[in-house]
Amino acid sequence: MTSPKCLTARSVEEALSLHSQYGGKAHFVSGGTDIIMQLKRGEVLPECLIRLGEIRELDFIEKDETGGLKIGALTPLIKIANSSLIQSKFSVLAQAAGMLGTPAIRNQATLGGNLCNAAPSADMAPSLLVLGAKAKVVGREGAKIVPLEDFFVGPGQTILGQDHLLAEVQIPNVSAHSGGAYLKEKRRQGADLAVVGVAVWIVLEGEVLKEVRIALGAVAPTPLRAKKAEEILRGKRMDQRLFEKSGQGASAEASPIDDIRGSADYRRELVAVLTKRAVTQAIQQAEGR
Amino acid sequence: MSKLTLRINEADYEVDAATTATLAEVLREELGLTGTKMMCNEGECGACTVLIDGRPMLSCMTLAIDAQNKHILTIEGLADTGTGRLHPIQNAFVEKSGMQCGVCTPGMILTAKALLDENPAPTEEDVRHALSGNLCRCGNYRRITECVLDAADKMRREEKDDK
Repeated sequence: MTSPKCLTARSVEEALSLHSQYGGKAHFVSGGTDIIMQLKRGEVLPECLIRLGEIRELDFIEKDETGGLKIGALTPLIKIANSSLIQSKFSVLAQAAGMLGTPAIRNQATLGGNLCNAAPSADMAPSLLVLGAKAKVVGREGAKIVPLEDFFVGPGQTILGQDHLLAEVQIPNVSAHSGGAYLKEKRRQGADLAVVGVAVWIVLEGEVLKEVRIALGAVAPTPLRAKKAEEILRGKRMDQRLFEKSGQGASAEASPIDDIRGSADYRRELVAVLTKRAVTQAIQQAEGR
Repeated sequence: MSKLTLRINEADYEVDAATTATLAEVLREELGLTGTKMMCNEGECGACTVLIDGRPMLSCMTLAIDAQNKHILTIEGLADTGTGRLHPIQNAFVEKSGMQCGVCTPGMILTAKALLDENPAPTEEDVRHALSGNLCRCGNYRRITECVLDAADKMRREEKDDK
């Protein structure tokens, strides 16, 4: 491994100020499970690593005044998977966190790290997208709140410019009679990256699908909302044929590639099947509450 | 280079290490604690697992500098240092042939310890799930699972006898 300098930030301000001293040549590191590999493989060659692990103020899960949720960027995924608040109200998020990597990786890896690494297959992204999450981005000029949909730019790329840091993720309160599901197809039962990930969030009003959100992972340069597929279901009564059609719609919105985990054709098929299945599961959960 | 202080198996170690050295590298190469195994060295196999503040973590993907001010437990620290008595999980691996080539064993045992600390009465499914990040190239999973369940059983009985 090359040996960049390694500095420790003890506050958000210090992190930003250190980062600006190195221009584009510094890298933030939190849990390290992605960047240490990238360093070992020579995929990134920063002059300086800025450790964020000591910034305790960014490790939190809390309710906001409207019943929504705020999660600090440095919160390890294990806490999200095990949080009773998240399991009960935002279960699709706990589900995704519990499926990411291995138990040891979930102990180390952080929410912010998973999002800022911006892998198209990032497990936390689809669930957050369907929950309508926003990213709080902090820069030296202050903080701004950005819809998470606009956060991802391409594989490994986010809107974070130089001297910007993802500080927290905000999730609005969920409606009554709502439910979700995250389905992740892997090559084996144990730990693996997603071949395809699909998250769905549904709000029911009697038999009607009042609101429908569908998000896909690992089938485009960034995680994305399948908005045409949502439109097929929104405002409609529950109907198996429509679920099928929505799956086809989501598949048409995907632009997957062939890689070691699966072919583009297989991924398109999977999107159709998993979308339909996730819609069904989300409805079941919504009916139960 | 930077000077690090690491608390490993309840003892403090001072070490000079490259700023980006991983904990696995420092344990094995600087401190000679070669009980921690490095197999894939890219976070896929779990062989390098150590417990940091009681939780399994991959020492090949942890910067040594990030492990400061924390309690690190490696396989060398698991047996009772006073009496030399093995931990019940270690005993089970010896008695029931939980290891073949032995490279995955330290990671398996430490991951299992963290599980039993949290859940003293796991089901087979719990054990399989907890060990899902630890690969055994010999394919000894069935016996490894049995060893952990067996150790859990013994530990619960010992606990009962103590009361």
